[in-house]
Amino acid sequence: MPYQLVWLIFLLPLFSFAIISLFLRPFLNHKPKLGGYITIASLLGSLGLSVWALLEVMAAPGHSLLVPDINWVIIEGGITIHLGLIVDSLTVVMLIVVTVVSLMVQIYSQGYMHGDPGYHRYFAFMSLFTASMLGLVLADNLLFVYVFWEMVGLCSYLLIGFWFHRPAVADAAKKAFIVTRLGDFGFLAAILLLYFNTGTFDIGQLHSLAITGALAGTTLTWAAIGIFAGAVGKSAQFPLHTWLPDAMEGPTPVSALIHAATMVAAGVFLVARTFPLFSHSVEAVTTVAIIGGFTAIFAASMGLVMTDIKRVLAYSTISQLGYMMLGLGAGGIAIGIFHLFNHAFFKALLFLGAGSVNHATGTFDMREMGGLRKFMPWTYATFLIAALSISGIWPLAGFWSKDEILASALQNQPILFYLAMITVFMTAFYMFRVVFMTFGGEYRGGGAEAHGKPHESPSVMVMPMVVLAILAVVSGFWNVTGQFGAFMGHGETHSFAEGFFGILTHSLPWLSLILAGLGILFAYAMYSAKWLSAERIGGLFKPLYTLFYRKYWFDELYERVFVGKVLVGGFFAGLQGFDTYGVDGAVNGVASGAIATGRAIRRAHTGQLQLYGLFIGIGILAIVICLYFFG
Amino acid sequence: MDFNYLTTIIFLPVVGAILIAFIPGLSGRLIKRLAALFTFVPLALSIYLFAIFDRSGSAIQFEEKFSWIPAINAHYHLGVDGLSLPLVILMALLGFLVVLISWKIDLRPREYFAWLLLLETSILGVFCSLDLLLFFLFWEIEVIPMYFLISIWGTGRKEYSAIKYVVYTLFGSAMMLAGILSLYFATGSLSMVDIAQGGLVMVQSVMPVTAIFFLLLIGFAVKLPVFPLHTWLPDAHTDAPTAVSVVLAGALLKMGGYGMIRLCVTIFPQVAQQYAPLLVAFAVVSVLYGAAVTLRQADLKRLIAYSSISHMGYVLLGIFALGQVSLVGASLQMFSHGIITGLLFAMAGLVMHNAGERDLRKLGGLVRQMPIIAVIFSVAGLGALGLPTTSGFAAEFLVFVGSFSSTVVSGIQVYTILGVLGIVITAGYILWMLQRVFYGPALEKFNGVKDADILERVYMFVFVAVIMLVGIYPAILTDVIKTGIMPIMGLLGG
Repeated sequence: MPYQLVWLIFLLPLFSFAIISLFLRPFLNHKPKLGGYITIASLLGSLGLSVWALLEVMAAPGHSLLVPDINWVIIEGGITIHLGLIVDSLTVVMLIVVTVVSLMVQIYSQGYMHGDPGYHRYFAFMSLFTASMLGLVLADNLLFVYVFWEMVGLCSYLLIGFWFHRPAVADAAKKAFIVTRLGDFGFLAAILLLYFNTGTFDIGQLHSLAITGALAGTTLTWAAIGIFAGAVGKSAQFPLHTWLPDAMEGPTPVSALIHAATMVAAGVFLVARTFPLFSHSVEAVTTVAIIGGFTAIFAASMGLVMTDIKRVLAYSTISQLGYMMLGLGAGGIAIGIFHLFNHAFFKALLFLGAGSVNHATGTFDMREMGGLRKFMPWTYATFLIAALSISGIWPLAGFWSKDEILASALQNQPILFYLAMITVFMTAFYMFRVVFMTFGGEYRGGGAEAHGKPHESPSVMVMPMVVLAILAVVSGFWNVTGQFGAFMGHGETHSFAEGFFGILTHSLPWLSLILAGLGILFAYAMYSAKWLSAERIGGLFKPLYTLFYRKYWFDELYERVFVGKVLVGGFFAGLQGFDTYGVDGAVNGVASGAIATGRAIRRAHTGQLQLYGLFIGIGILAIVICLYFFG
Repeated sequence: MDFNYLTTIIFLPVVGAILIAFIPGLSGRLIKRLAALFTFVPLALSIYLFAIFDRSGSAIQFEEKFSWIPAINAHYHLGVDGLSLPLVILMALLGFLVVLISWKIDLRPREYFAWLLLLETSILGVFCSLDLLLFFLFWEIEVIPMYFLISIWGTGRKEYSAIKYVVYTLFGSAMMLAGILSLYFATGSLSMVDIAQGGLVMVQSVMPVTAIFFLLLIGFAVKLPVFPLHTWLPDAHTDAPTAVSVVLAGALLKMGGYGMIRLCVTIFPQVAQQYAPLLVAFAVVSVLYGAAVTLRQADLKRLIAYSSISHMGYVLLGIFALGQVSLVGASLQMFSHGIITGLLFAMAGLVMHNAGERDLRKLGGLVRQMPIIAVIFSVAGLGALGLPTTSGFAAEFLVFVGSFSSTVVSGIQVYTILGVLGIVITAGYILWMLQRVFYGPALEKFNGVKDADILERVYMFVFVAVIMLVGIYPAILTDVIKTGIMPIMGLLGG
């Protein structure tokens, strides 16, 4: 098959968006199911093509395919921009992640969004969201990466704000867009800087310039930092992490997509895509590792105390994204992306599980749940698998990728390694806190909208969860003997990647397994067996608890103090006052000055000839005197 | 020269205005149809010109030249190049669309449409004139219809705003006239083409060249507007009737940017280079200051009006970065801003007309009552915040790339980066505005508020189509614009 078909991977969901919004929504609004079917069909097509592309790339020498370009803008002697695709190992891995997760989410949404009046709008946005992410993954120059980057941001804005009639929702959507745009500013500045210094947007060319050393020094560092700023915004890394927990206001399948495969994955992907720029600047790559490592533990600490199941998952996503960044910074593309790959499946599964629980109980507050194991066996089983996987329990997917990150951190960033080890414990603890609070114990009645006894979700929702659960188990096997690393062009064979059981001959995996086990044990002790009282421990560490629970006061600092008081209330208000009273006041002042002058001078025009005669006389006298003295 | 296309395009609206004004007993419906006809034909002709425009050279095309006042060597001289043609199309397009936007005007429709058509003629004339006197004449005519349109059909402090607009504009034109006269006395010519080509070798003026440059520049800076000459704009835009706001923001501001490129940069390339750092700094101040003040506005129209100051700052940045790409970007930004802000004002007008409310603190939840307007307003807003696939992104991106890589101004990278910061603030106020108007719980007081009708949907569609077309395939315009910019680059010694 010709390689141009790769375009279809991105175009199919785009067509689906166009068909739903231009045709189905206006003319067939009474048949809501159609929109979902079209989205699913288009994604099935994209998935098929992605698998084909994966096989082609695996077979191709150098693991990349050449697809012809299209011209976009040409200004002779100024600028030439082509629209092209890059199809290499990184691309195809991401294509698989995005299409698989998106497809599962869409199938699940058929059940979850059943009966929602905005059904068509939902699937139209979901199609566009997926298409934008696929475009982002495929684009071969930074300009188009930026284009799709912004489209991804727009779609998440639209989907987070899907239930826009609730004020909190509209605020959350706006926050997501603006906070990420703060990062985009850095990305755009980096693009300008790179273009100024190299005259190209082409990623391949930039790679070779960085590798040959033509692009180096502070320019390279600043460009890499700028790109990373974009990634920090999209991937919700510290200090731009505040938008992601609020983004929970959107429908849960949207969260699943955002947290697993699209929006937040975009940041990690971008760093991986431009990785040669980072790897040739020690400062840049260290920044990535430090921010990542810090975010991992920082977010995990907040996840420990949240009572909203989706918020726990949100902080867990931020924390896991931190791991990915740490993996990129300390180990390289293969290690960071491998965790992204595995994380996508179990995190999507966790969110779908949370949605399923919400479907049954009408709440996201874990304090109102409990005992759901009996009512929802499928949801429980799949959620448990995902929780074990994210905690890094052998031999599930999360174990394989997390261990590589820990190993590379131990080698290159010892301090961050210890933070990451603590995070392992925290992750296991908060995940099993969720499991025990939600599924263990007795049912506590659900939310206000709960109807009777909770029940298992329909099969259209359970089926995607089962598929994802299988992936959450097996996806890690890709790198058991280092094939994934080799495929991503990671030259050396990793010391740990030596087989299913071989890995257990090392001490590091045992250490992390013990820490994770301890985390689970603690959660069991506090929330299931009640050997320890959660309240008492909370009271014991009261200041710490408050600090975590109030999210280190970052929301207050940003929104109330910085934006509210300093910028909008202070500086901008000052400018507005200046505009009204200073600039415009000056203008009106000139006008009223002119009028006042006219009014004053008018008094001289009395119309009395005697007075005029008098002035003429004075004038003549003055002239005569002047002539006499100076003439 | 078979057919005088440009004359036809320019004067058809005024013919329509005369018919509307002087044929007695016309009904309101007939007046509107006449107005639509006499604006549609120029639009069709201008699109035809765009289609047959020769993109291979950089010559002025569709030229018409007749002796006008031989005593002072003034000619009736028209022509378009890659720089002016997009603006002619912009004005012709807006001219037709504002007639549709004004379809619900019932107060003294005869005068209203006569003035509106005269306004179109004068702006089209400015973009096509190649003779300084003719240029100035069209420039001045525009003030008269604008005064009446704002002061009679406006809202709020309309008389104040109208007078302010006139006085401000005349202040600018006085400077400009002095500049034009100095040029004439220095060179003995009124032809823009001759003066630009002859360079200023001919100058034997007592006026320093720099002074002439600044006289002209101030005239244009008032129109664009540039901080601190901008305060007429929020008042005029806010109090003007919807259609007039659309023309004001859409086409009239572009007279300033166009004049800067056509006269200041083309005739005084050296002076422009010398003072570029100063003007670039003003541009960045306009961008950030405009955006910051926009964020504080609580009136729907005033917010959009202030956003124009910020967006026209990008035009100034692109122009005085004096690079080929930046100038193309500035020209594209003029076109793009015309369409996007035109649509924003049209939608704001609809919201105000249908909901009877313009205070952002009192609006809310309108997406329930007016879903179509909400979607189109959002598209326009996203264009304004420079989202890719809208023309706003293509234009701003070219300005940024062009300015950042400009070699004329040292340290322009810092200015450009500061300018880029504007996109964050823009996202802030646009999304805040959309949220305030459309989202949140549906309010009872707006029950029964109507959505867009068929005619309104038609013009919305045209606006959105143009925004997306230019956004997805900007080459459709940049291929034309670059032919107009190339000779300027030659003059700049590039």
